[in-house]
Amino acid sequence: MPDAPLLDVRALDAFYGDFQALFGVSIAVAPRQVVAIIGANGAGKSTLLKSIAGLMPARCDAIVFDGAPIGDLPAFRIVARGIALVPEGRRLFASLSVEENLLIGGQLRRPGPWTLDRIYALFPALAQRRNFPSTALSGGEQQMVALGRALMSNPRLLLCDEISLGLAPIVIRDIYARLPAIVAEGTSLVIVEQDIAQALAAADSVYCLQEGRVAFAGAARSATREAVAAAYFGI
Amino acid sequence: MDWINTLVQGVLIGGLYAMFAAGLSLIFGVMRLVNIAHGDFIVLAAYVALAVTETLGIGPLPALLVVVPLMGIIGYALQRGLLNRTLGDDLLPPLLVTFGLSVIIQNGLLELFTADSRRLQAGAIEVASLQVAPGISVGVLPLLQFAVAVAVIGGLQTLFYRTAFGRAFRATSDDPSVAQLMGLDNRHVFALAMALSLAVVAIAGVLLAVRTNFDPAIGPARLIFGFEAVIIGGLGNLWGTLAGGIVLGVAQAIGAKLDPGWQLLAGHLAFLLVLAVRPEGLFPRIRG
Repeated sequence: MPDAPLLDVRALDAFYGDFQALFGVSIAVAPRQVVAIIGANGAGKSTLLKSIAGLMPARCDAIVFDGAPIGDLPAFRIVARGIALVPEGRRLFASLSVEENLLIGGQLRRPGPWTLDRIYALFPALAQRRNFPSTALSGGEQQMVALGRALMSNPRLLLCDEISLGLAPIVIRDIYARLPAIVAEGTSLVIVEQDIAQALAAADSVYCLQEGRVAFAGAARSATREAVAAAYFGI
Repeated sequence: MDWINTLVQGVLIGGLYAMFAAGLSLIFGVMRLVNIAHGDFIVLAAYVALAVTETLGIGPLPALLVVVPLMGIIGYALQRGLLNRTLGDDLLPPLLVTFGLSVIIQNGLLELFTADSRRLQAGAIEVASLQVAPGISVGVLPLLQFAVAVAVIGGLQTLFYRTAFGRAFRATSDDPSVAQLMGLDNRHVFALAMALSLAVVAIAGVLLAVRTNFDPAIGPARLIFGFEAVIIGGLGNLWGTLAGGIVLGVAQAIGAKLDPGWQLLAGHLAFLLVLAVRPEGLFPRIRG
């Protein structure tokens, strides 16, 4: 019997106006587990993360975190419970310096292992640039700030939306190499990724979304190329 | 000597205009809300101060201790109860609602206080002056008002760029949706910004009321002065706003000196000149 799930998404529907983006999606994330969500563009991956983080309305009991239904809570209450989102495209605060971006991530003062010093130890490149405007950094460094900003809230569950987007392969490897250090602090990860090989290598289990539905779910190790391709393209 | 006097008077009144402007630009900066009722809130603060001084029998400066928190509370409640509902992708609803507020405040004050022109009495300090050079004397009250304006602008600058509070304002201004992911409740942050804006308005209103006569209808003109000071100084820069207020004040003083009827015209011309030559303002926000 595995651990009780930290996050349990049960038959989640999501809508943009009249357009339904998710149809009864269910996923489970255990403590310290890394879960990859893959799927084509428009499959609903980002929508799923936004729903979990509270940026999209959801049915109250469709999202259960640590045993409590949180589906109808607003985003600012969900982060207080220990779910942090690294949004797609990084979305750093442009008028804040690197350090201010990190500090505002930690402004709720949730207790936990992550502090400014620990973030700078994890991403040494940021320490030298702490007083730079966040817009003056390279894409990879900006992604590190976005990750650090989310970690500063000491989340129990970290949601990463396409952290490799627009980055050079060497930078992507560099960032993925830091993820085990984050999991080692007891944090669970959900990684949304276009790069399937990268996602499968980093994850314990994988869900493939296709047109708003879960088309494949299983252990990352056992996911064959054929099974993933079938789920990905619906063939 | 006369001209130097004129310039000094213009600079000193510029501080007051900068305070009108600071509250206005703060609200626009944090939540992209143009508060058409801003000038009427200045007048409302003046009347609140009048009521406080008359009922409690205290002077205008001690009255600030009551008026500033009171206006702050009004600002918070107004934002939470009404203005937050008007915010969205469309800029028009907050414009219409604050325009309506402007009408309501003006008419409410007219009902309560009549159209008679009023003034706050500050006592002996009103006529006290310092002779800084032969032929140039500066009123203690205008000087005090200018010092308060500089202190308020400096305080806001520090608050915005040196405190966690200001960080939250700037982050919410940059990206309200991601700010929520940091645990910031936009509705609360916006309400705090409005509370701060009306607290500044309260100080400006009391200083205005000590300096000149006021009646319920003078709000919209103060709004225009505030707008002009913001644009002249450059959006998003508080010290620039102070400079904008001073440019406006000096232009008005020079106009009035040439011909008493030209005071407002000269201010507007200075504004139009800046808009034509440097539409981004004299001191636009410098990053970094």
